[in-house]
Formats: sequence, structure tokens, C-alpha cells
Amino acid sequence: MPIQYYIVLALALFCIGVAGVLARRNVIIIFMFVELMLNAANLLLVAFSKMHHAAWLADSHSVPTNGTDGQLFVFFIIVVAAAEVSVGLAIIVMMYRNIHSVDVNFLNRLKN
Amino acid sequence: MSVTQLLFWFLSVLALGSALLVVISRNPVYSVLFLIVTFFAISGHYVLLNAQFLAIVNLIVYAGAIMVLFLFVIMLMNLNSEMEPRKNKWLKLAGIVAGGCLMLVLVAALKDADVKNRIAQTTQGDIGLIKNLGMTLFNKYVVPFEISSILFLSAMVGAVVIGKKD
Repeated sequence: MPIQYYIVLALALFCIGVAGVLARRNVIIIFMFVELMLNAANLLLVAFSKMHHAAWLADSHSVPTNGTDGQLFVFFIIVVAAAEVSVGLAIIVMMYRNIHSVDVNFLNRLKN
Repeated sequence: MSVTQLLFWFLSVLALGSALLVVISRNPVYSVLFLIVTFFAISGHYVLLNAQFLAIVNLIVYAGAIMVLFLFVIMLMNLNSEMEPRKNKWLKLAGIVAGGCLMLVLVAALKDADVKNRIAQTTQGDIGLIKNLGMTLFNKYVVPFEISSILFLSAMVGAVVIGKKD
């Protein structure tokens, strides 16, 4: 597939994520859209990695593992996202226990 | 239209449609379920790009672990009724317009990028298989791999400490 299709698809997913973050008020839903944006970036990284591998097939002077780095980068992004979600949801649960709301309009101050 | 193209368009429509439904649906549980559908479609894209290791990791970690965690938290807080308070309609509209404008700007900026007639290789090439990725991961990237285990340990400790009732 031409790489432009993947670029436009990942951009559309990312912008849906941005619009969701701006339009919704529930803090858990906002956190979900952050995950969606991470996934859009992952999809684009994998597509570019395959693009570089195809470039290797055309020009056989470079190393045969061209593009592996991009996929490993995606792997590390998934690892960090899993750690981030566990801590973030713990913080959200703690805030819900204190103020009994998940509305971001009530979460706009760090004190009290 | 070949099978690959057909699958590409089907998975793209599925991903974008369910991502839009995540924005639209008012019930948080439905949002989570549609986001799981989106992640499945993205995993399908990985399979189509022959990145099979990442497809399985995406399914296990995102659809299997992270979204179940979200679902648990939403059900724990008893948000599964449609209790999201009415937001200002104009603010909601402004958010969606801002997202659309960002999309417009990015597409216009990347339209003339130097990727004309570059092809992302689909259904062939073996760099996405677990053998090649594993060789690179444990030769070149072994230190980041070990550091990520420390990250997981500290995230686990942090989650327990934050979630503990004091």
C-alpha cells in the first residue's frame, strides 16, 4: 500500500483523539483518547518501518534488518503505556475517592 | 481491487468508525467497547503489514490488559449510567472543530512530503517476525529492555502506594 494512505489514516486517528480529549469531560474517557493517540503513532511507526524494509529490497547494499528498530520502538511504547495506565488509573481512583467525581471541571486545581 | 487493498479499506473504515463512535457515545462502557474494536482493527493492520509480533502484543497488552483495567475502573465507580453532565454545546463543538483543523493542517503540511510513490510493504518481508525482532531486542536493545523491567517494578509499587487507603 502507498505510504500516504497510512499517513492519512494515522493522522485521522490522532485527530479523533485530540477532538475527543477536547470535547469530553469524563477524565477516564480523556485518558482513553490518549491511548488512542499513542496507537495512531504506533501504526505510523510500523508503516514507516515496513517502508524502509521495502527500500532495502530495492537497494541491497544496506543491512538486511532495516526497519527492525521502528518495530522495537513500538514495542517499548506499548511497555511504557502499560506502566502509565496502571499509575494513571490509580491516581484517578484516588481522586474519585476524595471528591466523588470524575468531571475534569472539578479537577482543575492541585490543592484541596 | 486485490484482497490486500480490500482488507486495508475494511480495517481503516472499522478503525475510524469505531474511533468516532468512542467520541459520540455517551455511556462510558460503550466507549471502552468501541475503543477495543479500534484496537482490534489496528492489530489487523499490523497483521496486514506482516508485523505479527506487534499484532499479538497489541492484542494482549492493549485489548487484553489495559482496556479491561479501564472497564474495571468504570464499573468500580459505577459510571455505567449515562451520568455525564451536560457540557456547554459550544465548547464541545469547539473541541471537534479544533481537532478537524489540526487534521487539515497536518494533511496539508504532509501532502508534499518526500514520500511520493514509496510503498509500505504488505503481506511479505520478515522483519516483523518474532525471530528477527528477538535477535535485535536481545543484542542491540538489551539495556533498554532491562530498564523497562525496572520501570514496571516502580510503576507497580507506585500504583499500590497511590491506591492504598491511608
